[in-house]
Amino acid sequence: MIPFEMQILVAAILFTIGLIGLLTRRNLIFMLMSVEIMMNAGAFAFVAAGARWIQPDGQVMFLFVLTVAAAEVAIALALLILMHKLFKSVDTNQLNSLKN
Amino acid sequence: MIQPIWLLPALPFLGFMILALAGKFLSKKIIASIGIGSVALSFLYAIFLGKAFLSHPDLHLQFTLWDWIQIGTFNFSLTFSIDSLTMVFIWVITGVGGLIHWYSAEYMEKEEGYSRFFAYMNLFVGFMLTLVMAGNLLVLYLGWEGVGLCSYLLIGFFYRDPANNYAARKAFIVTRIGDTALLIGLFLLIREFGTLDIATIANQANQVLGINLSMATIVSLLLLGGAVGKSAQLPLQVWLPDAMAGPSPVSALIHAATMVTAGVYLIARTHAIFALSPFAMQTVAIIGALTLLIAAISALFQYDIKRVLAYSTISQIGYMFLALGVGAWSAAIFHFVIHAFFKALLFLAAGAVIMALHHEQNMFKMGGLYKKMPVVFATFLIGSLSLAALPFISGGFFSKDSIIWYAYASENGNLLLWSIATIGAFITSLYTFRMIFITFFGNEKTHIHYTPGKTMTVPLIILAVLTTAGGYIELPHNLAHLQLFSGFLSSTLPQVTLKNVLPPEGVFQLIVALLSLMGIWLAYQFYLKTEPVYKTSPTRQFFLNGWNFDKLYEKLFVRPFVWLSNINSSDAIDEVFDFVGLQIKRIGNAIAITLNGQIRWYLTSMIIGLIILILFMMWT
Amino acid sequence: MNVLFIVSSVVAVIASAMAITRRNAVHALLFLIVSLMGVSMMMYTIGAPYAAVLEIIVYAGAIMMLFVFTVMMLNLSVSPEDEKRQTGFKTWIFPMVLGAILLGVMFLSFLSNPSWSGLQQTISPKQVGTLMFSRYLLPVQIAGVLLLAAIVGAYYLGRTRKRNLHRYLQNTEEE
Repeated sequence: MIPFEMQILVAAILFTIGLIGLLTRRNLIFMLMSVEIMMNAGAFAFVAAGARWIQPDGQVMFLFVLTVAAAEVAIALALLILMHKLFKSVDTNQLNSLKN
Repeated sequence: MIQPIWLLPALPFLGFMILALAGKFLSKKIIASIGIGSVALSFLYAIFLGKAFLSHPDLHLQFTLWDWIQIGTFNFSLTFSIDSLTMVFIWVITGVGGLIHWYSAEYMEKEEGYSRFFAYMNLFVGFMLTLVMAGNLLVLYLGWEGVGLCSYLLIGFFYRDPANNYAARKAFIVTRIGDTALLIGLFLLIREFGTLDIATIANQANQVLGINLSMATIVSLLLLGGAVGKSAQLPLQVWLPDAMAGPSPVSALIHAATMVTAGVYLIARTHAIFALSPFAMQTVAIIGALTLLIAAISALFQYDIKRVLAYSTISQIGYMFLALGVGAWSAAIFHFVIHAFFKALLFLAAGAVIMALHHEQNMFKMGGLYKKMPVVFATFLIGSLSLAALPFISGGFFSKDSIIWYAYASENGNLLLWSIATIGAFITSLYTFRMIFITFFGNEKTHIHYTPGKTMTVPLIILAVLTTAGGYIELPHNLAHLQLFSGFLSSTLPQVTLKNVLPPEGVFQLIVALLSLMGIWLAYQFYLKTEPVYKTSPTRQFFLNGWNFDKLYEKLFVRPFVWLSNINSSDAIDEVFDFVGLQIKRIGNAIAITLNGQIRWYLTSMIIGLIILILFMMWT
Repeated sequence: MNVLFIVSSVVAVIASAMAITRRNAVHALLFLIVSLMGVSMMMYTIGAPYAAVLEIIVYAGAIMMLFVFTVMMLNLSVSPEDEKRQTGFKTWIFPMVLGAILLGVMFLSFLSNPSWSGLQQTISPKQVGTLMFSRYLLPVQIAGVLLLAAIVGAYYLGRTRKRNLHRYLQNTEEE
């Protein structure tokens, strides 16, 4: 029997790792990867909650999260390709035209 | 039937509106006719009203236009009221004013701003009429401020020369000081009486202020402060000589005949309050006496013909104040009427001389004009005879002489006041004939290039006739004792109370008459027998500058004020407000640093917000 | 079961940590795939086999493949700026502190309400499917539409538009 808190804790740790990666890396690929990690952690939290109450709702929610992640990756990669075309690099520090 | 007495000021105001709005498009003839016509129509209406007054001198006409201010217990309405005192003033304002308007149709012909001039003059007549016809002191104050404004506009009429603007500002600011005193006096009156209605104040003065005599003194002194400012008496007389920067008709109308006498009117109107305070009366008399002496001596050393007349005006109004101060109310008003005639005459004639000599105002550059300009010379001479109060042949004699007599004979009069007045009369005669001899006799130093036409000379003749004839309506006690004038005013102004034991009046009259003649003889010795030459020396300079009052005020008031404003030139109060704005700007700039466009920075702030949110939710 | 869970969670955490600290993008992606497999294992051990398999097939199989293809296509595996400033410790301090704070806060909020961990029952795919098409029918359809939108968007963004260059720049411009 795995205590429910431990499951959530693992999800939290994974989420935090993804967060740190997001804040640190400048490369867009790594930022997208970190986002994936975070979403994965969140989805796992859903599944853990569903398992705790022995209801399939958690897994259904997990499916939706998966769908959203997939859609998001598709668009994100398309934008990445565009950025590569325009800036010749994928450094997010170049994306500062919203300055001031 | 209720007379529409509001027409009297309304007609000049209408003239002002038409000329101000449409003056640019009208021809000079039409402008002149509107300007002169509005005042003339008012004069005709005043004559019509006057017929009723002459038969019933205690008549009292009133007309309320509308309610002006209604706040709580303060109810002031725009009320015009006419009694015999007002009627006298209305006759002078519209009559003499009309003549001056007529004169200036030719005088101002070649100047720029013809319609502007007549517009301002009409506005002035309208406000002056409002002042004298006021039913309550608030309407009087309205007229008071209005004439001050018009005086400013007209002194600075030739606005392209900055010296004229300076003179206009000086006039306005100095009279402002007086106006403030008047305003405080009005506040105190409201507090004491609850109303500013003149009739009410006159009737209730004894009950309300009789108990609190110190309040009566304070109010009187404050009202006196206002009168002193407007009438250019000590210590606020410094603006009148500089006001000569305006055109001659302006000097004639505003600074001789009407506006400067507004102070006299004010004191006469509120005589009920003044009579309660012997101290205030004394102050009025002393101010009048000192002013007349100081101004007369200053007039003796001037070289500009208009400045001689300006100081002369200050001096003559000093006589009126002296009369008011000793309780000779109607004598003061009588002198006002006669003075209006001869002073307007003198200013207009001087204007004719100046215009003929192409704007030369220095007397020592004139001369030998009596042959070349006979009509002007004759009328100027008649005016001067009146000013010098030559016995019997001039109106000035009857008015000034009665003042000098009352300065001694009245209950409040004494020998000191009488001697000052008498010496003043001597000096008046001296400077007047000095002016005549230098200007009209001797060698011709500047040639005439313009002879005044009928439009300018006919008003002069009319005024000369009025000056001479006007005196005969009030003859002194020992000669036929005719009291037409004071009888007319007896309903509004009390009779002067005389001392119990009096020396014969004839002796005093003789002394004054002899002194006037001696003045003429001295002037002849100095200025006609020998060629007049203008000399300067430090003493002469002192008197030329009007006893250096300007310099005194500059040292006392202007310099410290300028020093203070230099210290504050970066404006401390502004800085307080700017400080707030600056801080907000700084905060804004600081916040703008966070908008650096970096994604990761935005993410960081989001995470921080998330942490705070979770903490928040945990602890509630 | 417990041991399995603990081992796979450790693997997942370590693999994620490695994924975000690599310089080479492809290495990082491979570590990420390992992490996903670890999470899948965790999900299996707590009684959600359907989710576990779905994770492997969709997440690790499809989405990560997309990533790898993009990286390989655009030659993004090694980029010059990363090498200069990323590997220093200075850039990691602040995010780590922030992460630690967030982790601490989350721990506090979780551990303040202890929950009962009693039964564990495996939930079959049949149960999930039944629920999906009965109660969650509408969200499923909307998810489908979302995927459609994503496809259309990705297509549109990825189009090559014809650029009209000045005729002198035609030959030198390389796309």
